[in-house]
Amino acid sequence: MPPLLRVEGLKTHYFGFGGSRVVKAVDGVSFTIEAGQTFGLVGESGCGKTTTCHSLVRLLAPSARIVAGRIEFDGQNLLDLSAREMREVRGRRIASILQDPMASLDPLFSIGNQVAEPAYYHGLLRGRPLRRRVIELLAAVRIPSPEKRFREFPHQMSGGMRQRIVGAIAQAGGPKLIIADEPTTNLDVTIQLQYLNLLKDLQRATGVALIFVTHNLGIVAKMCDKVAVMYAGKIVEMQPVRGLFYAPRHPYTKALLDSIPKLGTKEPLYAIPGQPPDLSKLPTGCSFHPRCVKATRRCRAEEPPDECDSDGATTRCWHAAASQVTPEVAHA
Amino acid sequence: MPEPLLEVRDLKKHFPVKGLGFFGAAGAVKAVDGISFTVDRGKTLGLVGESGCGKTTTSKLILAAERPTGGSIEFEGQDIAALPDRHLRDYRRKVQVVFQDPYSSLSPRMRVGEIIAEPMLAHENLSRQDGEARVSELFELVGLRPDMARLFPHEFSGGQRQRLAIARALSTKARLIVLDEPVSALDVSIRAHIISLLEDLQARFGVSYLFIAHDLAAVSHLSHQTAVMYLGKLVEVADSLELCAEPLHPYTKALFAASLPSHPDEKREEIVLSGEVPSALNPPRGCRFHPRCPFAMPRCSQEEPELTEQAPGHTVACHLY
Amino acid sequence: MATAFDEVGALATVSRRARHPLRILRELPAIPLLIVAVLAFVALLAPVIAPHGKLDPVKPTPAQCLAKFGAENCPYVDGMPPFWAPEGSLTTPLGTDFLGRDVLSRLMYGAQISLLVALTGTIVAGFIGTMVGVLAGYMGRWWDQILMRITDAWLTLPSLVFAILLSSVRGPGVWNVVLILALVFWSRYSRAVRGEVLALRERDFVRLAEINGISKTRIIFRHLVPNVMNTVMVLFSLQVGVAVIIEASLSFLGVGVPPPEPSWGLMMSEGRDALMEGSWWLAVFPGICISLLVLSANMLGDWLRVRLDPQLRNR
Repeated sequence: MPPLLRVEGLKTHYFGFGGSRVVKAVDGVSFTIEAGQTFGLVGESGCGKTTTCHSLVRLLAPSARIVAGRIEFDGQNLLDLSAREMREVRGRRIASILQDPMASLDPLFSIGNQVAEPAYYHGLLRGRPLRRRVIELLAAVRIPSPEKRFREFPHQMSGGMRQRIVGAIAQAGGPKLIIADEPTTNLDVTIQLQYLNLLKDLQRATGVALIFVTHNLGIVAKMCDKVAVMYAGKIVEMQPVRGLFYAPRHPYTKALLDSIPKLGTKEPLYAIPGQPPDLSKLPTGCSFHPRCVKATRRCRAEEPPDECDSDGATTRCWHAAASQVTPEVAHA
Repeated sequence: MPEPLLEVRDLKKHFPVKGLGFFGAAGAVKAVDGISFTVDRGKTLGLVGESGCGKTTTSKLILAAERPTGGSIEFEGQDIAALPDRHLRDYRRKVQVVFQDPYSSLSPRMRVGEIIAEPMLAHENLSRQDGEARVSELFELVGLRPDMARLFPHEFSGGQRQRLAIARALSTKARLIVLDEPVSALDVSIRAHIISLLEDLQARFGVSYLFIAHDLAAVSHLSHQTAVMYLGKLVEVADSLELCAEPLHPYTKALFAASLPSHPDEKREEIVLSGEVPSALNPPRGCRFHPRCPFAMPRCSQEEPELTEQAPGHTVACHLY
Repeated sequence: MATAFDEVGALATVSRRARHPLRILRELPAIPLLIVAVLAFVALLAPVIAPHGKLDPVKPTPAQCLAKFGAENCPYVDGMPPFWAPEGSLTTPLGTDFLGRDVLSRLMYGAQISLLVALTGTIVAGFIGTMVGVLAGYMGRWWDQILMRITDAWLTLPSLVFAILLSSVRGPGVWNVVLILALVFWSRYSRAVRGEVLALRERDFVRLAEINGISKTRIIFRHLVPNVMNTVMVLFSLQVGVAVIIEASLSFLGVGVPPPEPSWGLMMSEGRDALMEGSWWLAVFPGICISLLVLSANMLGDWLRVRLDPQLRNR
């Protein structure tokens, strides 16, 4: 079966200061997602993960342009579509959940109204069937007494509930793919757990595929099937989730895993030297080389290509080698 | 055993709320409702809790930015809660803070050298040379080049700004630094730097930390002791590693369960809490956690549990024990 | 720590490049800036570059006297049109007014007056308004109540009418106009500044200064005022245009800058009657000058507002 989403060689650049300054926010990104899969896109701020998501739905800032690549969704190249056709894709076939629920919800409209909007706009339902569907959606995201909450407004809800409503809005059009961009960053830990479990349940019920954009490897460990690690606009490693955690190939991935404090141990943390690079002034060769313990002259001179190995892992490194990392055994 | 640096006893902070309607009784938001803890010299106490638990208010009380409604805050043997504002100068010099947001904690229109020197100059009379020398020293301590002192905050990255904030906190040779979520706003790879820096500084200068955060892993990494707060009360206090190994209170267990795994196969006791955090205006009767507690008993809705010692240095407030 | 002595992060290189002078040129709004620069230049150097005096009539040539009066000697030739008209002359390129004074020279001296008055008045207004706003926003409680009620009341006064009222009390005169401008416009700043200060007050760096026991005065001058300067500068540039118009209006009505000083507004007033007779240049040229200045100031102010607001800047 063909993959649900296939991205090939996507390049999105920002042109600032009258065209003189080019920021290569996304510089040659390729990945595929199967139907019903949860795909994690991991990286720190400035790595290009958010721009990648914006490129997928073609909602870029005026100064940004997709300069190369293909985005094949359900067999169709999204970059060939007209603006009107693209609008029909958004919300109906691909939906998004963003980080700040308060910013995603319009304070002036009732939540029933907002959840109904995608279904209404795409001409899917009207009148009483629409109302029923909205209540169904609210119940699916575990909003208590949805018939009453229907008329309430965002400011009357807590942060966790708002984020769940945003989830309901995302589901309203019946999409096949939901892009979730750091949806739990602003939530409390216990609320975050509720929410992540909810997303997993929704996925099981509707078979929707999920792209989870985050900088938190813990979320990835819990939620994702396949993970891509981004650095300076490129994917430096992509693997099924277990492979990523137990046999990371790229030095950046390894360094990230080592720098995170783990519960129950006071082992010293590894601090990756240096800073994330300025995307308009990238280092020569491999973008990570100034901070890499394994950097050699070749790394500085030549950019490593995407290498796919026998286990299905893709790595962009001259020194990619599988190494076993013993899993931390947390206490039950 | 040497006396603790900071000893807080039965600390309370209630914010009055005007009554509603003609006969509505005026209520109070009991943000902090009788907590006690100690911070030893050269050690770190971690304070964990979710939003609304009162940890931010606690940090304000410790910093003397708010006055407690009840209880005592003994610093180096003296109760500062009883002192009037004008006698607090010495205290303010010895207790400093590092805030969460590196982008708003440095004054945008001042050069960073001046920003770091400001607390120092407010408390001591230093000549310009001495002041500059001290500032250079501080820069080096936190791993920045002294010639950066003439730059403005926006020219630094988030991680570097937190270093500046730490340098500022050290400028008055503080004995206690309140760390209010110091790494949550930073990139993942930068957090390790700051945590290592904080550890280094503690080893070198014996400064104590009150580390307030919601990220259990970071807190338990840096802290010697961890205290868990819920709705204005402490529910469990223990040595950090022991807390991770044997959390006793159901809320602590839930926090651990909710803490994300460090790898895909990590098994944790799944405790998902129902409902939302109740408001501090009208806390539930009896044990404040009982409406959401998977182990609640009838006794829990009537009687509030006290903090009792279950193991050496490990106290819990729960009727299960 | 190896990380320690890195370069000062990506940000520094970016902002340094952005601050490179040549780069700025690409972003500036060229035309308004040019206009304002020219006017400022003219205003500064008027005594040097003006072809004639500002108060004395132009010495006419015998030919001109002959043409106008039929005699070879006359003290002045009034009502000469601009140089492209048949009776015009290049010595008085924009014509002469009813007292034989060169319009161009008077416009140049008028630039001095307009700019001086508008700028000074606006600066003083800005100073008063900012201090009121900062005190109200930071000190809070009854300071806020009293100062804001005064500000609100002041804001309801219609500016031109109020200005006229004040001028009837003070009488005409350049410095009186400056005072009037300051008194009329200070309240425009207070509201906006107070709003900013309310937000700034909650920012960590202010809280920290308070925690450290730093005096309120120092907090106000070192932490609050510098951070509201962006807003104040934008307001300032937008107000300058208004100030020019109010000054011109006052002078036009005869209660501003007194004759024979060549305020543009006054020139327009004096030119009003001439308009009926067909000497359109006496009113039109000062009017054009006022429009150019106000328009340019507004455009600059708008550019400044966008440039200084990080959120709007990258559109």
